Amino acid sequence: MKFAFYPGCVARGAGPELFDSAVAVMDRLGIEWVELTGAACTGAGVLQEKDQKLGDILNIRTLAMAEQLGLPVMTICSTCQGVMAQADRRVRRDADYLEDINGYLAEEGLSYSGDTTVKHLLWVLVEDIGVETLKKTFVKELSGVNLAPFYGCYIVRPSDALGFDENPERQTSLETVIEAVGGNVIDFPGKTACCGFPILLINQRNSLRMVANHTGTASELGADAMVTPCPLCHLNLDGYQPKARRQNRRGKADLPIIHLPQMLGLAMGMDAKKLGLGKHLVATKDIVRKVDSIPVAS
Amino acid sequence: MQSKLKVSRYNPETMGEGQRRWDEFELELHPSATVLDALIQIREEVDGTLALRCACRASICGSCGMRVNGDAKLVCKTRIADISEEGETVVIEPMGNQPVIKDLVVTLDTFFDKVRQVDPYLQPDAEPEQGEFVASNDSMVNLLTAMNCIMCGACVSDCTVLEVDEAFIGPAALAKAWRFVEDPRDDQREERLEELNDVEGGIWDCTRCFKCVEVCPKDVAPMDRIMEMRDMAIEAGNRNTPGYRHTESFNKSVKKHGRLDEARLAVESAGYTNVPRLIDLAEIGVKSVLKGKMPPVVPHKADDSEKITKIFERVESERDS
Repeated sequence: MKFAFYPGCVARGAGPELFDSAVAVMDRLGIEWVELTGAACTGAGVLQEKDQKLGDILNIRTLAMAEQLGLPVMTICSTCQGVMAQADRRVRRDADYLEDINGYLAEEGLSYSGDTTVKHLLWVLVEDIGVETLKKTFVKELSGVNLAPFYGCYIVRPSDALGFDENPERQTSLETVIEAVGGNVIDFPGKTACCGFPILLINQRNSLRMVANHTGTASELGADAMVTPCPLCHLNLDGYQPKARRQNRRGKADLPIIHLPQMLGLAMGMDAKKLGLGKHLVATKDIVRKVDSIPVAS
Repeated sequence: MQSKLKVSRYNPETMGEGQRRWDEFELELHPSATVLDALIQIREEVDGTLALRCACRASICGSCGMRVNGDAKLVCKTRIADISEEGETVVIEPMGNQPVIKDLVVTLDTFFDKVRQVDPYLQPDAEPEQGEFVASNDSMVNLLTAMNCIMCGACVSDCTVLEVDEAFIGPAALAKAWRFVEDPRDDQREERLEELNDVEGGIWDCTRCFKCVEVCPKDVAPMDRIMEMRDMAIEAGNRNTPGYRHTESFNKSVKKHGRLDEARLAVESAGYTNVPRLIDLAEIGVKSVLKGKMPPVVPHKADDSEKITKIFERVESERDS
């Protein structure tokens, strides 16, 4: 199983612990990968506000690079997943548009024919690896650990760009993986809502109200941590949780926000430090201690 | 078909504001039954006190917006067999972000107050020369997306910004605003864009979460309309917002490096003269450095990033010409 790996800007910038933990977990899972180091940022929907076509050119360029390697693309970012899938949907629906876009890539010797796919690691786990095989890589059952899922908008909407008709299991994939590690799913209505990150730098008050609502509700429901496949959600829910909960009177900022690969790594028995769990702004020591106290299965 | 429904109940005469009760019903329904069919059957055969609003039963009037299993829908357009396995309980609640009058009925006041806020009528400067305004076919086809709105309130119900900020004009009214901004017969385009750019709760407060696009039963895609107005507002010279600075900084970073320069994006969005926000950012920055993570001061570059720069230059020159 080999992928053209697209980690995204945050995993390569402000969230290095996501990149490190993802690579460790992918190696353990036997996933081969080659990083698309020449690929551009997806634009995250921001570039698309200004010029959707420009955003589509950059994303189709990334898909064309993968196609040239004969590999499917794998991301570890909900936002990257969604933005690339939206661009892919637009060119698949309109052959003239694809030809127009390919015209911008010809100079580099690239051309996209629609012969690849883009998949988040989360989907690879449930579709390509499979829950039963995945479970065999775990040495710990995180039973008694309460984990609240938080998807990130672009991996759940717009649904018609995300292949939910053909792959309905994607819609509950995060709960599936939390159950696979043996954790208790803390279900709450905010799990598919917005974390507030896109307006953090524009309307901080509203952004922080979202952070306070989601983390506050999950804490009140007994979550030990929140698990997310989206590094942008992580930046906001982790980095701004202290300020958000203080300003909105939603209790102490005590809910660790764990990247999806970090959760897998803990179940695989990997060292918390190696997984970068010491790099979060909301302390993760309580959940790390809880997992440490679980004996490794013989 | 045997179906289970769990219905949110609220009676203002006996219950306090914000309270609710859940009633469960088991019904024998036709396999093609909609959620509305089920609710009407409950009202007619089981509990005549159930309040719901509906009229056309053909997804044209926009009266029967409700939340079904957590998402806003027109219940006349939602078949029970499509959303639940046989025997699975279907959960029905009134729409969100709008006060409940009784059971499944919300007030329309919130919705229409916001629509009125965007002056939803044509404002030409002069009388038409030939007795009527002539508009091209293309210009009217362009307006069709937004004109398909049946004002059901589904997008308002599930808007993640309205959930935290009542001042947000919201998806339906902003899509309506777009409809007049884009109408060639209107002469207030620039004023409208300036107002939507400057006002509290205007175009820059949308989070781009796609909820409104997802729940709209008529493919109005309000969020896409809001994004278009952001670009139009910038083109019309409105450059006084953090939203504008954010978009520009983002664009500049990807153009130059192929990647996002997060540290610079944060600083430039705040604005170099916005001291309180810069102090705030510095606090998070210092905390991050102490934890061993901070976007590199020299931003991460894509390999051969000059190729990406070239694409930007080509698209920009085509846009200008």
